[in-house]
Amino acid sequence: MSDPAAVPPLLDARNIACQRGGRMIFAGVTLTIGAGQSLLVRGPNGAGKSSLLRVLGGLIPCLHGTIDRHAPIALADEHLALDPDNRLEQALAFWARMDGVDRERLDFALHHFRLRELADIPVRMLSTGQRKRAILARTMASGARLWLLDEPGNGLDAASLRGLGDAMAAHLAAGGGIIAASHFDLSHQFGTVVELDRR
Amino acid sequence: MTRWFLPLVRRDLRLAWQGGGLWMPVVFLLLVASLYPFAVGPDARLLAATGGGMLWIAALLAALLPVERLIAPDRDSGIFDQLLMRGISDEMIALVKLIAHWLGFGPPLMLALLPAAALLKLDGAAIMRLELGLLIGTPALAALGVLTASLVAGLRGAGALAGLLILPLAVPILIFGAGSLHPGSGAALKFLSAISLLLVAITPIAAGAALRAGRE
Repeated sequence: MSDPAAVPPLLDARNIACQRGGRMIFAGVTLTIGAGQSLLVRGPNGAGKSSLLRVLGGLIPCLHGTIDRHAPIALADEHLALDPDNRLEQALAFWARMDGVDRERLDFALHHFRLRELADIPVRMLSTGQRKRAILARTMASGARLWLLDEPGNGLDAASLRGLGDAMAAHLAAGGGIIAASHFDLSHQFGTVVELDRR
Repeated sequence: MTRWFLPLVRRDLRLAWQGGGLWMPVVFLLLVASLYPFAVGPDARLLAATGGGMLWIAALLAALLPVERLIAPDRDSGIFDQLLMRGISDEMIALVKLIAHWLGFGPPLMLALLPAAALLKLDGAAIMRLELGLLIGTPALAALGVLTASLVAGLRGAGALAGLLILPLAVPILIFGAGSLHPGSGAALKFLSAISLLLVAITPIAAGAALRAGRE
């Protein structure tokens, strides 16, 4: 990387604002994330952390400002997005097929989040923490370079939190980027912190 | 596109099969066809004259049955969000839903029509015209179902609202569908084709716009 200007960042958002239901949720947010960088969005409940991630992912439009996305993005929010009657492995394999990644990636992610022993259990039987681990495993297996993690630590036990920290560190080391939103401190050391206030 | 299109259609069909959705229209049509003679009496001439129209009404209502589980569950569980993150547009999602919905109720309905027509004493030529009409008309019904389900997804009382929205829009399909039952009614069949083409063409765009506007 001799000339940093030649390599575009994974995502570059300038002066973005978001309005939902007639209420301004946040405004004037500027952030850039490059390869190997991580960013934490912090703020109390209702400050618009999830909305910010959804705007960055392109799911909802921003009121003004520009967002340049230069890499595939994976979103891990509170929605499970797995068919409840499928076995866990089958349900995650569906997304692996959608992502066009090979099975080893998924197997590795299942192993990493200790989901191997749950592979044959129907998705609807999973507990809160197990659901969160399934969401994180899908994100890890997706092969996307930028991860958007919405409250990734919610419902996780200590061992799973360590697993999440390891996964994030490995992803950054491999040249990925992470934008996480959390109302409490994750064990991971983030490069940048963006504070959102309740408006 | 081929990587994800067919798996998505297959997934919808599998869910319809698991949820019993594939049998519902069939059972519904057969129930209506077997109840109708009890209501109007067993006069074979009367049954043959009115049975075709009755079957069209039954087909229309059968298309309404799965509307509530067409769009809302996938939207609420975040599946649409995940598809969008993978670069699949709202329009393509709506197109997948349209194809899977038609496959899930059109062909089963056309099969169920055979025993139903026998119950109503329809002759061979009438059955042929009915099948042809349904072949052309069911894609329009499927399109209306997907369009309405996308519009009402996330609203309270979505099921009732969907019924209210669909029924007036389905009147032209019913008029030309039932109108095509008389011998030598090629014009009605052409009108039915035109409506069907129009609805199938605008549904992915309109339903996609509705999904996008309804996203929170």
